[in-house]
Amino acid sequence: MSNQIDRQMVERVALLARLELSESEIAQFSTQLSGIVDYIEKINTLDTDRIEPLAHCLPVHNVLRQDEPLSSLSNEAALANAPEQIEGYFKVPKILDDNSGA
Amino acid sequence: MDLEYKIIVGLEIHVQLATKTKMFCGCELKFGQPPNTRVCPVCLGLPGSLPVMNKAAVESAILTGLALNCTISRKTKWDRKSYYYPDLPKNYQISQYDLPLAEHGFIEIPLEDGSTKQIRIRRAHLEEDAGKNTHTLGNFTAVDLNRAGTPLLEIVTEPDMNSPTEVRLLAQELQRIVRYLGVSEADMQKGHMRFEPNVNLHITRNGQVFKTPITEVKNLNSFRALERSIAYEVNRQLDEFLTTGKTMQVGNKSTYGWDDVNQITVLQREKEEAHDYRYFPDPDLVPVVISDDWLDRIASRMGELPLAMQKRFVSEYELSDYDAQVLTAEKATAVFFDAAVRCGAEPKRVCNLLTQTGLKLANEHQTTVDALGISPIQAASLARMVEAGDVSATSGAVIFEAMMQSDDDPKQIAEQRNLLQKSDTGQIETLVEQVIGENPKAVSDAKTNPKKAKKAMGFLMGQVIQKSKGQANPKIVAEVLNRKLMK
Amino acid sequence: MSELLTALELRDAIAAKTLSSTEAVRDCLGRIEKYDPELGAYLLTFTEKAMQDAETVDRKIAAGQPVGPLAGVPIAVKDNLCTTFGTTTCGSKILERFAAPFNAHVIERLLAADAVIIGKTNLDEFAMGSSTENSALRKTVNPWDASRVPGGSSGGSAAAVAAGLCAAALGSDTGGSIRQPASFCGVTGLKPTYGRVSRYGLVAYGSSLDQIGPLTRNAADAALLMNIIAGHDPRDSTSVSDVMAKKPDYLAELNQPINALKIAVVPELIAGAEPRIRTAIENALKVYQSLGAERVEITMPHFDYAIAAYYVIATAEASSNLARFDGVHYGHRSAEAGNYIEVYSKSRDEAFGPEVKRRIMLGTFALSSGYYDAYYLKALKVRNLIRQDFVKAFEKADCLMLPVSPTTAFKIGEKTDDPLQMYLADVYTIAVNLAGLPGLSVPCGFDEENLPIGLQIITDAFTEDKLLRIGQMYQNATDWHKQRPEL
Ligand SMILES: [Mg+2]
Ligand SMILES: [Zn+2]
Repeated sequence: MSNQIDRQMVERVALLARLELSESEIAQFSTQLSGIVDYIEKINTLDTDRIEPLAHCLPVHNVLRQDEPLSSLSNEAALANAPEQIEGYFKVPKILDDNSGA
Repeated sequence: MDLEYKIIVGLEIHVQLATKTKMFCGCELKFGQPPNTRVCPVCLGLPGSLPVMNKAAVESAILTGLALNCTISRKTKWDRKSYYYPDLPKNYQISQYDLPLAEHGFIEIPLEDGSTKQIRIRRAHLEEDAGKNTHTLGNFTAVDLNRAGTPLLEIVTEPDMNSPTEVRLLAQELQRIVRYLGVSEADMQKGHMRFEPNVNLHITRNGQVFKTPITEVKNLNSFRALERSIAYEVNRQLDEFLTTGKTMQVGNKSTYGWDDVNQITVLQREKEEAHDYRYFPDPDLVPVVISDDWLDRIASRMGELPLAMQKRFVSEYELSDYDAQVLTAEKATAVFFDAAVRCGAEPKRVCNLLTQTGLKLANEHQTTVDALGISPIQAASLARMVEAGDVSATSGAVIFEAMMQSDDDPKQIAEQRNLLQKSDTGQIETLVEQVIGENPKAVSDAKTNPKKAKKAMGFLMGQVIQKSKGQANPKIVAEVLNRKLMK
Repeated sequence: MSELLTALELRDAIAAKTLSSTEAVRDCLGRIEKYDPELGAYLLTFTEKAMQDAETVDRKIAAGQPVGPLAGVPIAVKDNLCTTFGTTTCGSKILERFAAPFNAHVIERLLAADAVIIGKTNLDEFAMGSSTENSALRKTVNPWDASRVPGGSSGGSAAAVAAGLCAAALGSDTGGSIRQPASFCGVTGLKPTYGRVSRYGLVAYGSSLDQIGPLTRNAADAALLMNIIAGHDPRDSTSVSDVMAKKPDYLAELNQPINALKIAVVPELIAGAEPRIRTAIENALKVYQSLGAERVEITMPHFDYAIAAYYVIATAEASSNLARFDGVHYGHRSAEAGNYIEVYSKSRDEAFGPEVKRRIMLGTFALSSGYYDAYYLKALKVRNLIRQDFVKAFEKADCLMLPVSPTTAFKIGEKTDDPLQMYLADVYTIAVNLAGLPGLSVPCGFDEENLPIGLQIITDAFTEDKLLRIGQMYQNATDWHKQRPEL
C-alpha cells in the first residue's frame, strides 16, 4: 500500500481537518506522510484476528456523577478568551448554510 | 394510468432529558437564560477540561429504552463524532456509535380508528446537544453555548410508518411516554423534542415498483410541522417522479428544511454530503456496564405506561376509547382518575367530573388535576353523590370547584350551598299530585297517547322539578310519577 | 547555594528555618535571570507572585502554623498545565494569549502543599516532539551542551531542573516526554501509571496515553512529588479510585531495598542503542546484581511495533483533541478569514506549527472512512499485544530495564527535516504509554562527550512505590544523579 498519501489524499484529509495548507505544505506532507504511513504499515503484518482492540488501558467502568448542579462561569469569564464577542455571545462571520449534524 | 403508491417514513427523534445538569458537566439546565451564562470549561470545550457522565441521564435513557421494549446493551461506550460547527465547541460531539444504549425495540401507537400499530425502534442512544447559533442580530452569527452539553436521547425508528398521520401519532405517543416516565418535559415550545423524518414513496406503475429518492426533513419542532412537511414531501416526490422519473440511488438522499411561513419543504443539500464523522471511542470516558441489579432498579421505576393504562380504562372500567384517551393524555389525570375509582366511585361519573370540570380548572390554573387541592377521596365521594342523585351534574361541577378551597367533604359543601337534591318521597308525592291535578291534558297524553307519552312525561317531570326549585332528585320524581300514572 | 539542595532537603531546611523560602525563591529567580536567557527553559516566570507566596510560607513557619509538604519550595510546571495565573500556551501560537479560568488538578495539589510555583516551562508545541524544537515560542537548549536539544516534549522542565532553575518540575509524558528529556538532561523523571495522576487541566495530546509526572534531582524527590500529585480526582473519569488502587506513601519505604529483585532485560533492545549507552546500561545492571538482584533475559515480541501503533493512536486522538482550536471561542483567529469556514482553516493553518499539522493530518487520515480498520483499529489490537508482552514479562520479573533513548542528546536541527527519524528515537519509551505502565528514568552515566545517559526502569501498573524503591537502590549506590552541568 505504498505511497497512498498522494496530493489528492492530502487535500481530502486537510479539508476534514480544517487546515488550509499552502502548496508547499501539500507537497511536503504528501512525501512525509507517505513515508510515515509506509513505516506504520508494519502493524498490518501482525495477525490480530483474535485480539480485542485496547482503547482504554484501565479496567475501569461506570464513572458517574450525581446530577447535582455546580457553579457555572460568569458570562465575562466565559468570553474572556473570545477573539470576538457581541452582547454576551461569541461572534463569528455569518453562517449561510445549516450544516449542523447533531 | 394504473398508479399506486405507498408512503414510507422513518423518524429520528431527539428528546431532551429532564436532568438538573448537563450530560458531562455540572452546569444547571435552565431555559431562557442570558447567553453564555450556563457554561463552564467542560461545556465550553476549553483545553484541559474533561467530561464526567451524569448518572441521571444514563438512567433516564435506560428507562426510556425499556419503555420502548428495547434490548439494553450491557456494555456500552462513548464515541466522538467529528464535524466543525461554531455551536459545537470541541468540534466533536460525544455520542454513541456502534454500541447504542438501547436497540431493537418497538413502540405501539394508537391509531385514529381505535386500533394500534407497532413501529419498530432501531436504536436509542445518548449524546450531548450543541449550542445555538443566532443569525438575526446582524450581519454575523452569534453563538450561545448554554444549551451545549444538554443530554439528548436520539431515537431512530425503522421506516414503518405509512402516512403523515401515523408519524404524528407516533411522535405524540412518544411524547406521552417520556412524560409518563418523567424523563423529559417534552415541551415542544422549548425544543425538547426535535424530529427528522426520512420520507420516500414506493410507486407501483403498470406492475413495476419504483422507489423515489429518500429525503430527510431537518429539525422539525412541532407535530403540525412534522405532519404537514411529510404530506408536502409526498406530493412533491410524486410530482417529481411523474415529471422526471427519478428513482432512489445510493448517495442521492437529499436534505430539506421546512418553511413554516409558506408551508413548503426547501432543498438544503442536493446530495448527502460526503460526511466523514471519524467516529472513535472517546478516550476521556470509560465504558458503561449495566448489571442485572442496576437494570432491575431502573425498571422498577417504570410504572404503567400510557397506552396500557388507556386500554385498561376501556376494558376494566368500560370507558369509551375517547374518554380513556382524554384521561390518559397526561399522567397526572390518569393516576388521579384511577385513584378516585379505586376509592369506590363509578368510573364514568369520575371521568365526567374530571374531563368536564377537572381538566378545565387545571387548564385555567395552568396546572394538573392532581395539583388543584382536591384529593381522589373527595372526588370519589362527589362522584358517588352525583351517581346517587344527591346532587345534580351541574351542582357537581360547582362542588368540584369549591373543593379546591376546602378540605370539607363534598356532602358538607353541598349542604352549605343548599345543593342537595330532595329525595323525600312524601314531599315529592305532594308535588306530583299537585302537578297531575294542574295538567289533565298532559296526564291523559302520558297515559293514553303512545305518540305523545314521552314528551308529556318529560313535561310533567319538569313541572315537578320546577316546583321543587330544582331540588327534587329526578330519579325519585320519575319513580313517583310513573307509579301515580299507572293507577 | 540553595540550588544544590534537592526538593526534600530544601523543604526540610525551610521548615527548620535554616533557610527561608524567600531566600530560596530569590536565589532561584536570580539564577533564572542569569542563565535562562541562554537556556530558554521558561516561557513565563511568576517573579512577584512567587516572592509573595514565599513570604507567606515564611510567615506561616515563623508563626508556627502548619504548612504543606512542599512549603516554600520553588517548582516549575510544564506550560500545558492550566493555571489561573499567567497564560497557558502549550508552546503554540494558537494559545499564545490564552488565560485558563481554572487550575489543573496537579496545580491545585501543589498550591495546597504550599509549593511556590515559579514559572511555566517550554515544551514542544502541544507536547508533540522529542526535542522541544517544536515550540513555537522559544528555543530551549541542553544545559550540558548548548548546541544540543534538551529532549522533549518536557524539555523546559528537564533543563530547568538540571540547571538548578527550580527544585523540581512537572512534565507530561505521552510517548516518553518526561523520561527522554530527563535522560538527556541528567535528571530523574517518572511517568506514572495511566490513571494515577488526574489529567484534569492537562491540555490533552493523546488522552489515552497522557500522564503528568515529576522531573527531579533524584528518586526521593519524585516520591515526594508523587505524594502530592497522585490520587483520585472525580473530574477525570480515568483517574483511579482509592478502592481500585490505593495511593501509598511513596516516601515511607523508599529506602527499603527490594529483596531478591528480579530484573528482566531484552538483550536485543539493549543492543539497539549506541555503544556508550549499552555499556552504561550493562554497568547499571551490574550495580543491581552487586546489590543482590538477579538478571532474567526475556523477549518482548511486539515491542518493535510500538512506534507504528503509537503514531496511529496518539495522532488519531490528537487530531480530535486539537479540533477545538478553531479561532471561534478562544485562541488565535486569522485576520484573513472572510467567512466562518475560513475562521477554522486559516486560523489553524496560521497558528499551528508543522509538527502539529503533520500529526493532525496523520491522525485524521487514520480515522477517516476507509482507513479506520486498517490503521486505527489495527493499532488498538497491536496495543493489546504489547500490553500482553508486559503482562508476561512481569510474571517473570519485578521490573524491566532498558535504555531511555538509543542516543544521547542530539544536535539542535539534526533531525528536524526527517520526522520519521525523530519518531523512531522514541523506540524505548512508547510501549510503556501504550500499556499504561509506570516508567522511571534515572541517570546512569555519560557518553564520551559528557552527555548524560538514562536508565529506564518499568514496573507493573500502580506499583510506583516499588519502582521508586528500585530507583532509590541505584541512587543510594551511585552518584550519577548528583552530577551537575557547568553553566
Ligand atoms: Mg445525533
Ligand atoms: Zn458546563
